[in-house]
Amino acid sequence: MTCQELTELVTDYVEDKMSLLEKARFLVHLGTCTNCRAYLAQMKATIGALGQLDAVAAPAPAMPADVEAELLARFRNFKR
Amino acid sequence: MADDTSPASAEDRQLVERLKSGDEATFTLLVRTHHASLRRVARHFVSSDALAEEVAQECWGAVLEGLASFEGRSSFKTWMFRILVNRAKTRGVREARSVPMSALGGDDDDETPAVDADRFRADGHWATPPARPDPERLLASSQLGAALTSALAQLPERQRQIVVLRDVEGWSSEEVCNILGLTETNQRVLLHRARSKLRKVLEETIGQ
Repeated sequence: MTCQELTELVTDYVEDKMSLLEKARFLVHLGTCTNCRAYLAQMKATIGALGQLDAVAAPAPAMPADVEAELLARFRNFKR
Repeated sequence: MADDTSPASAEDRQLVERLKSGDEATFTLLVRTHHASLRRVARHFVSSDALAEEVAQECWGAVLEGLASFEGRSSFKTWMFRILVNRAKTRGVREARSVPMSALGGDDDDETPAVDADRFRADGHWATPPARPDPERLLASSQLGAALTSALAQLPERQRQIVVLRDVEGWSSEEVCNILGLTETNQRVLLHRARSKLRKVLEETIGQ
């Protein structure tokens, strides 16, 4: 496996969707290649940073009371 | 929403029965629990907060109308989000007709390599290798969140929807496939393209 091939297989690895043989080849390469370990670390850091995006975004405004009242009115009027 | 693709639980069935019988407290609790996340997820498919709010409200109407036909093949939550995403996609498509093509994020099926070919030697090994990300630098980077947010907006539509639902919202691949109607392989290919582009943004941002 080359480094270039590894960069195309990294999602299969992270998603745990590799055959045993493929995973073995991936891990053997990773064990001997500092650069590809750095690449995998960058990929994992990216996924981690995406998971933090919601926390840094402005918190969602609370639902206005009139929306809740309107939805409840719709629920009451809903013909079952 | 992890582990939420199993068929409806006994609680889900009770919930539907209570809603069908007109239990207002149950409905109010449901709205308070889920309205904000419905709106947030809708926002990934449409272009404004106001439209996302509208889609979330429409979703409640559609949930009520659909109660009678809820068969419990998926959990209530998955069923509800599928309704939301379908509505939001319809709205998004209608909106996109009035947006010039150049404003859209490009082709979902582009086959750009994960890493530019010129970073590798002829034998496929690194010529310009990546640097291991420094955890302290990651934490300290106030630009990273902004850079990723703006890069997300540039992604082709389906790539953006998938990576947002998987990595920002934390849904499982099963949930995303189920709700967006994708095969597992297709989902993974698009996720790979999206994450690879975002990794490049991280490398460029923290490398500065």
